[in-house]
Amino acid sequence: MKRFCIAAGAALASVIAAVVPAAAWQPTKPIEFVVTSGPGGGTDNFARIVQSIITKHKLIEQPVVVLNKGGGSGAEGYIYGKGAKGDAHKVVFGTNNAYLLPYVAKLGYKFSDLTPVSALALDEFLIWVKGDAPYADAKAYVEAAKAKPGSLKMAGSQSKDTDQTLTAMIQEATGAKWIYVPFQGGGAAATQLAGGHVDSNTNNPNENIGQWKAGQVKPLCVFSPVRLAKSDPVHDGKGWGDIPTCKEAGLPLEAFQMPRTVWLPAEVPADAVAFYADVMEKVSKTPEWAEFIARTAQTARFMKGKEFTDFVAKDEAANAKVFKSEGWVVN
Amino acid sequence: MENFASLLHGFQIALTTHHVALMMAGVLLGILVGVLPGLGAPNGVSLMLPLTFSMDPVSAIILLTSLYWGALFGGSTTSILFNIPGEPSSVATTFDGHPMAKQGRATEALSFAFLSAGFGAMAGVILITLLSGWVARFALKFSSPEYFAVYFMTFASFVGLGGASPFKTIVSMAMGFAFASIGMDSVSGNVRLTYEFDVLLAGVSFLIAVIGLFGIGELLQTMEEGLRFEGVKAKVSPRDVLATALKLPRYWLALLRSSIIGIWMGITPGGPTAASFMSYAMAKRSSRNPEKFGKGEPEGVISPETADHAAGSSAMLPMLALGIPGSATAAVMMGGLMIWGLNPGPMLFVERPDFVWGLIASMYLGNVVAVIVVLATVPLFASILRIPFSIIGPAIVVVCFIGAYTVGNKAFDIWLALAFGIVGYLFKKLDYPIAPLVLAMVIGDKAEDAFRQSMIFSQGSLSIFWSNPLVASLMAIGLALLLFPLIGSTRRGIRKLVTARAAKA
Repeated sequence: MKRFCIAAGAALASVIAAVVPAAAWQPTKPIEFVVTSGPGGGTDNFARIVQSIITKHKLIEQPVVVLNKGGGSGAEGYIYGKGAKGDAHKVVFGTNNAYLLPYVAKLGYKFSDLTPVSALALDEFLIWVKGDAPYADAKAYVEAAKAKPGSLKMAGSQSKDTDQTLTAMIQEATGAKWIYVPFQGGGAAATQLAGGHVDSNTNNPNENIGQWKAGQVKPLCVFSPVRLAKSDPVHDGKGWGDIPTCKEAGLPLEAFQMPRTVWLPAEVPADAVAFYADVMEKVSKTPEWAEFIARTAQTARFMKGKEFTDFVAKDEAANAKVFKSEGWVVN
Repeated sequence: MENFASLLHGFQIALTTHHVALMMAGVLLGILVGVLPGLGAPNGVSLMLPLTFSMDPVSAIILLTSLYWGALFGGSTTSILFNIPGEPSSVATTFDGHPMAKQGRATEALSFAFLSAGFGAMAGVILITLLSGWVARFALKFSSPEYFAVYFMTFASFVGLGGASPFKTIVSMAMGFAFASIGMDSVSGNVRLTYEFDVLLAGVSFLIAVIGLFGIGELLQTMEEGLRFEGVKAKVSPRDVLATALKLPRYWLALLRSSIIGIWMGITPGGPTAASFMSYAMAKRSSRNPEKFGKGEPEGVISPETADHAAGSSAMLPMLALGIPGSATAAVMMGGLMIWGLNPGPMLFVERPDFVWGLIASMYLGNVVAVIVVLATVPLFASILRIPFSIIGPAIVVVCFIGAYTVGNKAFDIWLALAFGIVGYLFKKLDYPIAPLVLAMVIGDKAEDAFRQSMIFSQGSLSIFWSNPLVASLMAIGLALLLFPLIGSTRRGIRKLVTARAAKA
């Protein structure tokens, strides 16, 4: 019996070796997925979907554990990554906050404490107003805001984060002025708009879909270079693909998107980076991932290597410009 | 009536052998995580979440919510037996629950706690069944000023409570506010009070404070008093459970009042912890013999427990209908909903009635199952007190430290729990109340955020707290709660003065 087991084990091992092209680095112990948001947040959903796909398709032989370290707008998770220098068994999940947080707050990590692995998707931003608001399109809403400067309210999640950055960009581009009200998350910003306590928000599709379905809020335009993918109608015969881009709607703003990113600690072997980039690429090609992307109306876009680092450099520069003109930079 | 038909359909879904078995498993696991301080319901639910990925959404949510009910029940057990709340929402249960256990009435206290908790949960679920549409619309009326007014009511009902000197209460509360403000401030986006220590960036969790102040603090005091728990010789028999159940209807007024407070705090953003504190405060104020509170008064167990569970179950409604998580556990469950492919929000009731009503039906069944299971464990838990302190004491220390570590997977939290333990010990020696500190830590930062958001709304004018009938009446109730005890004591003072003068003359 024992001999049989050994034989079976050896056979299994050779099968695995045959299936997986002899990658130079393989995990040798359980892997931690460090999530830079609290449970239920956008990054949390992202990491847990990736975890469930990896488990289902057996893309990694070792078990994967998800750890939430969302304190300090996610800085807690990145600092944890910094502390795990050289340990390729800790994978950090985040957004563009990985390289933007150190600009706006004095934190115990630098962007160079992380090794870029890949991005899997771009989350979109839209201008949403109340369902029964009198504005037909984005242009009309911006004109209304211009007519009464500093009286319309824009809700968003957190402070000096993506929503407020986007609001600052719109103000810069159009000359309108809003009162920005920071809430704890996109969910609160959505209900505040549905209840009519604020005039608009810049939520991601997934954060407002429940309210849009009920007709409590409506989208005016999306900050994407092209329209979103066609979808089933969400409300009143309109789906995600029917929303005009903000450029089409006449706002002089190119695009504003948030990458869903994956990082490793500094000083990990290059083979380990390649290993995870490869796993993430496989994840991005599964039907489960396509279904998640469609359901949350994000844009699927896999990036690794130079393509990813170029994207980061460009995105960092664009955001840093806003941080400087708003006076948020701390260092 | 339409809701009633949907509910019957929901029962058909929930009442299968498979689902009832899931409820039993969920409740038992929940009791386990609830009993261990620190390893509360949010941790338990996130640990179970990956297991649910392969289940259908109805089974998954039944498992997770049952675990939640179980954890709420388990949290009260340790409050009563060891003065160590398993969950922050059972802190108020320690006030009278633990003195009862010390007097050898552990079985009675536990039975009261579980039965009234079951009653509260039922009240919450019945409300969801009957008024789901109305409550969802009402909750949309709430914005930051109304949120602040609700928090203000909670603090106000607690400040004038008496017991310790008001000065000491305020010192304790102020310390709680200070701890709550450590870390990233979401309104300004700045880091506060961390002194560039990375470990403080995520703030100080109130769970750590509860573990330290109550758990470690209590053990330090017990060690000083002679290394044993009082009330050890309590007789335990299943018959006592029944006898207590028969006594429960006597407290119908407390049950009713606490259910209303709990439901109110559950659908508004107060949450279970605030609900249990407020309910305790109201019970003591309206009691004919308030001096009995804190010394083992059954009403002091029934009131917070009923409100805690009424709030816990009615908080599910804003989560499902609006997509606002009412508690940390609800936030984890909402993440689960999204992974299962459901969008919480107003249309969930229309699009997936099988899911929503299956869940609501399972809340009825789950709570009945939970009450039966926990009542069956009462004799077992009560007999834990018979174990010599030299064995149980170190075990509690270990459990406390494991719990502290689990909260955020940080070794630093263990030291922090120890520090809070020393603070808790000093507080007891110097006769400072611990509860206001915990209350301020749990809802202090939320109250601060709501206040500052209101100030952004109004561009700095306090008149926003009187700007509509809803917020104005909430603030008025809050002020009344704050001022009534003052007026009462001044009037008594004046009367004493007058009678003294009359006596002289």
